[in-house]
Amino acid sequence: MAEYVRGTSLATAPSGYCPGCMHSLATKLVAEVLDELGQAENSLNVISVGCSALNLLYWGQDYVSVAHGRAPAAATGAKRANPERLVFTYQGDGDLAAIGLAEIMSAANRGENFTVIFANNQTYGMTGGQMAPTTLIGQKTTTTVYGRDPATTGYPFKMCELIASLEAPAFVARYALNSPKGVNDARKAIKKAFEMQLAGKGFTFVELLTNCPTNWKMSPLQTIDYMNTNTIPYFKPGVYKDKEAEA
Amino acid sequence: MGKKSFMKGNEAIAEAAVRGGCRFFAGYPITPQNEIPEYLSWRLPEVGGSFVQGESEIASVNMVYGASAMGIRCLTSSSGPGISLKAEGISYLAGAQLPAVIINVSRGGPGLGSIQPAQSDYLQATKALGHGGFHTLVFAPNTVQEAVDTVYEAWEYAERDRNPVFILLDGCLGNIMEEVELPEMKEIKPEDAPEWSLSRRNGRDYQNGITSIYTEPLLEGLNAMAGEMYKQWEEDDVKVEEFMVDDAEYVVVAYGIASRVSKEAVMKLREKGIKIGLIRPITLYPFPKASIRNLDYSKVKGIIDIEMTIPAQMRDDIELQVMGRCPVYEYGRSGGCLLDDDGVYEAIEEIITGGAD
Repeated sequence: MAEYVRGTSLATAPSGYCPGCMHSLATKLVAEVLDELGQAENSLNVISVGCSALNLLYWGQDYVSVAHGRAPAAATGAKRANPERLVFTYQGDGDLAAIGLAEIMSAANRGENFTVIFANNQTYGMTGGQMAPTTLIGQKTTTTVYGRDPATTGYPFKMCELIASLEAPAFVARYALNSPKGVNDARKAIKKAFEMQLAGKGFTFVELLTNCPTNWKMSPLQTIDYMNTNTIPYFKPGVYKDKEAEA
Repeated sequence: MGKKSFMKGNEAIAEAAVRGGCRFFAGYPITPQNEIPEYLSWRLPEVGGSFVQGESEIASVNMVYGASAMGIRCLTSSSGPGISLKAEGISYLAGAQLPAVIINVSRGGPGLGSIQPAQSDYLQATKALGHGGFHTLVFAPNTVQEAVDTVYEAWEYAERDRNPVFILLDGCLGNIMEEVELPEMKEIKPEDAPEWSLSRRNGRDYQNGITSIYTEPLLEGLNAMAGEMYKQWEEDDVKVEEFMVDDAEYVVVAYGIASRVSKEAVMKLREKGIKIGLIRPITLYPFPKASIRNLDYSKVKGIIDIEMTIPAQMRDDIELQVMGRCPVYEYGRSGGCLLDDDGVYEAIEEIITGGAD
């Protein structure tokens, strides 16, 4: 019988994420994989800004908390200063795809040997639900009260596709956390990314489609349906780049 | 005595950084400091260090933040417009109590300004290097040798205080070639990484975290601790050169390249029998308050602030110590136009003949 345990990378504090929020699931997946790889103590979590900053409370291993959007830059410095450590960033969509766009694209393009876990919930959760760079067309937020209009706000950034277009990145994948299959695929992708980093293969990027019941103004169950009918058709799950498979 | 070399300022301080133990540099091209990253791009890998040409000043200072968290000695350099971009990261370094060294080879401003030398960043360096109300030690050497010695020792201060150290040069010092004696290479081992760092090379087996976000009472406590540290700097770390001030009726206050030009003028005026001296702040923060506060104002008829920027930026700091006991005058050039011997001499002479009893 399989044992269901809390990853040792996590602190003992109970999760304070909103009910039904997939951040806690995403954090747990990362922790489980680190345990499985025996990398809990060797890991370094580069904590970004937004709801992801709550990792300060829930992370039981070494961390460095950094400025909004700058996690890939800080991770570049940390990994180069101490290459034997397993370094990863955990960033939301505002952090990674708006204010930190230069940092993520440039770190990916340099092929820095660390892993990015990208939690994409299509909104600014911490600040109360403003439009994010990944907010879907027509999606209502506090700064797009009639729904996102591409005429004035453009279109949602597809980060996996952008990063996979670069030469250097070694592994780029996206999965949705609203189904058991999605969760299993995500766990495998995270594991593969960490393994590739440990083998010195270069930049690895795993996007996790998540939800925000509070700011989407839906019940957790409604967010699962919404993701199936709206999010997943636009942000298609799958492996976008895998240098190991290509080789 | 060691071997003397003839070196350009920017290259000499880059080598001094390596010898001072720096093993990580990230920066972005900007004139007039480009020789620093250019030199370190090949030099750091020779000693097992790492160089990154960042995508921006913002990214570069945050790379330094990440590397410093791992307990290694880090450097970034820039000029005015780039230092403005680094303001975010410098504030985070101070907030997270991370040591690092930041060099500004300054130029004319504001805005894109001019790529020529100027001393336009005094206020930025000493009052507000970023948001949130913090200070760093600010050193302002006036020769290539002094710049080398300052950079070489900068990490000792940064690690002592767990706070960034700022070195304010200008385009003249960065690009001038002078005789310089380089110090010995400091050997710093991975196991020497500080206890607070995220390195596991030092045998640490417990969790460490680096952050600049705190609960309210903790943040207030850290603010107060920083305040105590700044006070202690005033006791321990003020550096100043006083030249012919004992009997002076006029005192020039000037730092960096302006102090060299001013000293020439002071010596020439002394030859003409004018009782004039020079106070040269070497630390701009902490400012050498006592040197100005304790002048004998029964003799001193005027203080002359000479800076390579218009309007003078150090003047408020001077006036706070003079406390109205004598007039304060200023002279400067700006925008990348340089101070020269004749200009400074004539300006001082005019102030003395026309500006006071």
